[in-house]
Amino acid sequence: MSIDKNTVKHISKLARISLDENKVESLSKDLTSIMKFIESLNKLNTDKTTPLTSIINASLTSRKDEVNDGKIRDQILKNSPEKNDEFFVVPKVIE
Amino acid sequence: MSKISELSLTKIVNGIKKKDFSSEEVTKSFIDNSKKSKKLNTYITECFDEALKFSKNFDKKKDYKGLLSGVPIAVKDMFCTKNVKTTAGSKILHNFIPTYESTVTNNLWSEGAFLLGKLNCDEFAMGSSNETSFFGNVKNPYGEKLVPGGSSGGSASALAAGLTPATIGTDTGGSIRQPASFTGTVGLKPTYGRCSRWGIVAFASSLDQAGPMTINVEDSALLLQAMSGYDSKDSTSVDKKVENYSSNLTEKIKGLKIGIPKEYRVDKMPTEIDDLWKKGIEYLKDAGAIIKNISLEHTMHALPAYYIVAPAEASSNLARYDGVKYGHRASGKNLIEMYENTRSEGFGNEVKRRILIGTYVLSSGYYDAYYLKAQKVRRLIKNDFDKAFKDVDAILTPSTPGSAFKIGDKSNDPVSMYLNDIFTVPVNLSGLPAISVPAGYDKNNLPLGLQLIGKAFDEQTILNLSLAIEKRANFKKNYKIWWS
Repeated sequence: MSIDKNTVKHISKLARISLDENKVESLSKDLTSIMKFIESLNKLNTDKTTPLTSIINASLTSRKDEVNDGKIRDQILKNSPEKNDEFFVVPKVIE
Repeated sequence: MSKISELSLTKIVNGIKKKDFSSEEVTKSFIDNSKKSKKLNTYITECFDEALKFSKNFDKKKDYKGLLSGVPIAVKDMFCTKNVKTTAGSKILHNFIPTYESTVTNNLWSEGAFLLGKLNCDEFAMGSSNETSFFGNVKNPYGEKLVPGGSSGGSASALAAGLTPATIGTDTGGSIRQPASFTGTVGLKPTYGRCSRWGIVAFASSLDQAGPMTINVEDSALLLQAMSGYDSKDSTSVDKKVENYSSNLTEKIKGLKIGIPKEYRVDKMPTEIDDLWKKGIEYLKDAGAIIKNISLEHTMHALPAYYIVAPAEASSNLARYDGVKYGHRASGKNLIEMYENTRSEGFGNEVKRRILIGTYVLSSGYYDAYYLKAQKVRRLIKNDFDKAFKDVDAILTPSTPGSAFKIGDKSNDPVSMYLNDIFTVPVNLSGLPAISVPAGYDKNNLPLGLQLIGKAFDEQTILNLSLAIEKRANFKKNYKIWWS
């Protein structure tokens, strides 16, 4: 599978990364070579194999449904690039 | 007596306890070395003043109860440290100051250690050469033009150069073991779930694991013991007792069965790597181990599967960097444009490549062909190990297909860079523990490591086997200091 320039632009849009037009060509080349490498897996028959979704055998433990943190608004806001007293500030979304 | 900074972590801990020297003397010794090491570019953030203050306080209080009492330790900049900048080697986190401490670093501080600084690494731990860091590439003590390996390259270089008595790294596909091999140090990736991932900047959550990097095997056991343990804040950490790795450490390994997987003899592997592997086999035979030839037949498929799983998980994990909650923010006419500009400015080329690959393989219509396929291959790779471990106690392989390469040699060819992790990646896909122990030199006098892979939660056996190799290989660092 080759990742052509239009595909590069499409997935950049999905990933919310803006691209300079002059970077598209080299990215297309790099991603194509990576995908070619990945596609060597197609030679392997996995029809009867169940996917491995977790390498931990144990099932997840449950805990009591109790609040065990919170009330750290100031900490959460501390690193925000733009905020007012209680809120994250972002560019206007609704006109 | 030799210089304090030449001593092992274990000797430093014991020396402080016996009052051979103070914590302050130890700290000064490593700070002095670190200050002269600018050319290595290992530090992103130095905490020298705070460390010195802590050591002076420690010497007044004299509390020797911890496993690491009075020892300064610099850590990879992937671990969140409370009130100390944590960048993950990325521009997008260049100004991020966590308000909390990662569980693993917290475990070290609970054992009496304290923070010396934050060490350089590949951006978001994505790389095998430390060339992808926003803060510049790290250099290898073994040569100004050589990479230290990656992604824990700053950690490996700082450790090998005597800037910190020990350090911790993270290993998603070999990021502890490969740089350890390149710098003549010991690097251990524990079983998935042995150490908490809480507070570590996430790369690929089903593969990431923190581990110790030390100058010898004894130190590795000690540091592993200090950092391990169950953590209710990480649902994938496993509630299993932490062994006393240090006091159980022994080179008496007579009768243990060691598997030699034929698939690891790859094309174009330098003969000196093969020779090193044979030497490793001889060392273990000499110690009384029984050598068995085994097959891990799906090995060749591990790396392609990894380059689906890891980027897919990374693209999801890194979606959080949106310029709103923390980190770098660029301007934009509207919210979407602000996201796009922030992520374009904030991420470097390799991180972008991986996010895009991850986005592509997870995008509508491709999930089954790639991600599901990779999970199936992952099953086959794990089955290979499960089958092998019915017959053997551990597996011996080279750590890397070569020694440290030159800066710039592979940075323009992502796939050739990825091939560096060919021997380390299968272990992450299977969640197993593995260690790289220095075992010799190549013809250019560069260190080479051997890898021991163990059964899940059997770190003790691979530590013991490494000790047996270490005693016989008698590896000594042999670089000349060129950076100060």
